[in-house]
Amino acid sequence: MFSCKTSPEVGGMGHSVKRKEDARFLHGKGNYTDDVKLPGMLSMVIVRSPYAYAKIKSINKEKALAIDGVLAVITGEDLAQYNLHWMPTLLSDSQMVLPTDTVMHQSQEVCAVIATDRYIAVDGAEAVEVDYEPMAALVDPFKALDEGAPLLRPDKEGQKDNQIYHWERGEREKTDAAIAAADVVVKERIHLPRIHVASIETCGVVASYDKDTEKMLIYLTSQAPHAIRTILALVAGHVGLSEEKIRIIAPDIGGGFGGKVPVYPGYVIAIAASFLIGKPVKWIEDRSENLVNGFARDYHMDCELAATKEGKIQAFKVSTLADHGYTDSSANPSKYPTGMFSICTGSYDYEHAFAELDAVYTNKAPGGVAYRCSFRVTEAVHAIERMVDKLAAEIGKDPAQLRFENFIKKEDFPYASPLGWSYDSGDYKQTLEKAMDMIGYDDYKKEQAEKRAQGKLMGIGICTFTEVVGAGPSKDFDILGIAMFDSAEIRVHPTGKALARFGTKSQGQGHETTYAQILAEELGIPYTDIEIDEGDTDTAPYGLGTYASRSTPTAGAAAAMAARKLKDKGKKIAAYLLEVSEDDIEWEVGKYFVKGAPEKSKTIQDVAFAAYTNIPPGMEPGFEATHYYDPPNLTFPNGAYICVVEVDEETGAIDVKRFVAIDDCGNIINPMIVEGQVHGGLTQGIAPAMYEGIVYDDEGNVLNGTLMDYLVPTAVESPHWETGHTITPSPHHPLGAKGVAESPTVGAPPAIANAIIDALYPLGIKHLDIPITPDKVWDAIQVAKAKA
Amino acid sequence: MAKHKVTMTINGESVTAEVDSRLLLVHFIRENLDMTGTHIGCDTSSCGACTILIDGKSVKSCTYLTVRADGANITTIEGIAADGTNHPLQKAFHDQHGLHCGFCTPGMIMRSIDMLNTNPNPTEKEIRWGISGNLCRCTGYNNIVKSVQQAAEEMAKEKEATV
Repeated sequence: MFSCKTSPEVGGMGHSVKRKEDARFLHGKGNYTDDVKLPGMLSMVIVRSPYAYAKIKSINKEKALAIDGVLAVITGEDLAQYNLHWMPTLLSDSQMVLPTDTVMHQSQEVCAVIATDRYIAVDGAEAVEVDYEPMAALVDPFKALDEGAPLLRPDKEGQKDNQIYHWERGEREKTDAAIAAADVVVKERIHLPRIHVASIETCGVVASYDKDTEKMLIYLTSQAPHAIRTILALVAGHVGLSEEKIRIIAPDIGGGFGGKVPVYPGYVIAIAASFLIGKPVKWIEDRSENLVNGFARDYHMDCELAATKEGKIQAFKVSTLADHGYTDSSANPSKYPTGMFSICTGSYDYEHAFAELDAVYTNKAPGGVAYRCSFRVTEAVHAIERMVDKLAAEIGKDPAQLRFENFIKKEDFPYASPLGWSYDSGDYKQTLEKAMDMIGYDDYKKEQAEKRAQGKLMGIGICTFTEVVGAGPSKDFDILGIAMFDSAEIRVHPTGKALARFGTKSQGQGHETTYAQILAEELGIPYTDIEIDEGDTDTAPYGLGTYASRSTPTAGAAAAMAARKLKDKGKKIAAYLLEVSEDDIEWEVGKYFVKGAPEKSKTIQDVAFAAYTNIPPGMEPGFEATHYYDPPNLTFPNGAYICVVEVDEETGAIDVKRFVAIDDCGNIINPMIVEGQVHGGLTQGIAPAMYEGIVYDDEGNVLNGTLMDYLVPTAVESPHWETGHTITPSPHHPLGAKGVAESPTVGAPPAIANAIIDALYPLGIKHLDIPITPDKVWDAIQVAKAKA
Repeated sequence: MAKHKVTMTINGESVTAEVDSRLLLVHFIRENLDMTGTHIGCDTSSCGACTILIDGKSVKSCTYLTVRADGANITTIEGIAADGTNHPLQKAFHDQHGLHCGFCTPGMIMRSIDMLNTNPNPTEKEIRWGISGNLCRCTGYNNIVKSVQQAAEEMAKEKEATV
């Protein structure tokens, strides 16, 4: 286990110090985007399409403009004059900012009303008259490639059908041959539902253009302010918004989860409105606008897993249909249109795998955001973990035992996966054993046998997942060409206190505490003496932002590396102060001392003071360092989750009795924060497993676009989570850390699904897609009984 | 738009204003009074981020008209402890890591104040049901429950000490 090198007062790695950022939130003094109020600020409200697919015949602004306080109604035609009516998505597809002729999904932006306050803007939006000619919407992705399907994107040159791209990885023929020759092959079509991040703060922007200085100040709910600034400059440079004139401030963010990575049309309209009017413009989404626009998942995966009759896995094949809506607005690295889906071979050692995917357009909201998941890892893990359980059931082997027999062994790391990843480290056996011990697996197995004998439905579900997080390395990973490194800049002041700035942006993860702890670990400066600053593109060093569990793997590493540069400089200063050769200086946390004479020492604070007051001859003054960290590999956090459920045969109700999550995220910076992240991620895992899913009717209407019918779990639906850890440090990360916050969101859904299916197995039910709701269970039970 | 004169007490101070009949209380507090600790997460009384106390009872201010609050005694997150001090719930949320992004936190605390006033010694199940009108997307609720438990204990001790 990890042992702390620093005292609790210094608060380096491994200490559960309380968060430094809490006070402002607890006192109602947080500063979220909607809290920003600028003099003369105007309010923007968007008129949205009631139809999923329609021609816009006309937009009549007159009645809206007649309302006292309505200043402008901005349409696609207005933006087209500046060539701002389309924008690129982060994956180089194209998205309308505002339409000039056609709307492609329900709730798409049609025009925007700018008024002196929000109430008047809403009045204006209601007064805008839009004449639509509705068309038959393409809703079912399986019909997108049918002959005669409407061509949804004729605007794209060379686009002959509704296929966005085909992607594949691995060896198709060898995998097919292995499957054909195998003793046992299990097959299933698995759907991961379209869901929404539903952060409690919606998305929003305050854009403020100053016509005199030509500076555009933008407060934005953004997880990646630097990247967004660059993209804005690329998109709007031709109208005069060049990058040095754009300042994006991501203030406090009320939850991000990947939903605040993309650029939404509303941002661009508000920015354009401020640019044209010369006054600050605020736009804040309401909840339905938030839930109905943008989404995650929506993969239909045809899986085949082949094994010997004893259960040795031999090959895995998965063919996926991805529904992206009318444009691919995934926020994935550009060379990875399906993200890290090829992690789908899982935690198991076998030779043959093949994954392919077809992405299609439909008349739904665009998306494919990486919702608390390092780009499609959730989909990949669900596929393999459901299939491994299906195999176990098929051959009648305990699913834990099957996993033990197939795990990649501790001594096999670094492990080259069949689809091309190099797993850095792990001890899967130990992690699963720990989870089984903690939950009392054998006892539950006995209890289950007894309950089954009484006709009761009880299930035990396991998931042993491997994640892949922390993009770069920059040679492989970029967003629209911008390399995925991240950065840290440390300034130690003469009095030994410090300011550190980062290219990432916390949305609740606690960076103001954990980054300070990393620096405390490296420099011995107490974490309470270190201020952390992020999110302001005018002050923070360039970085790609916080998503895909990349903050600790990239910016956290950058912090350590920058601190080590400082430590090297400090050693020279200490040698000068102590009048010995640099070779005679040794370091222990917080101080330099003379080898063999520990009483002769200088603290890091002494050295910082000297860097400004008593500089060694010839040395550059100051005590500052910057590091841009380009990781040599990704990190591979993993875990073993076990869930126990009971199902009521009469009602279909599911009761989650226990849930144990053992995570291995390498070395831990702050155990309290890691545990909190795991709790939150688990609740975001039970959400799609049992409650959430955006539902469309045949005409493309969203049927559950409010929090009254899109069921975000409350404290009642959330079980009492039980957590624990194994620690296998990452061999290539300077701190041995891996990143953790997404593991639970990835690992929980298959554990829960496996438990529910296990409970229903005696009735002959072998698979259900998530969300597994009581009515779905009840229906399945009725069908199963009718068959029997 | 008809204007109405309203007078209410907010965090101990009397406030009088002329407001539109349709002005929602959450906007009055946030926009007119510039107290932005009360948040808006849904506009439909579903998420509870806008929870305040009206005459001691927790109310979702996003679906409450300002005119209806005429004469009321209102407390928001800004008013539950003197400057530089913490209400036991504020302290407990810090101690137990009961917040991540902080957006739901003011509403969660205001709801918990009302809950503990009504039921000073709740079980875990009662706490979970008691805050079930407030959504948190970050914490998974475990540590919010622990925060409320800690605050309940501290408030009971305080009460004992004053008796």
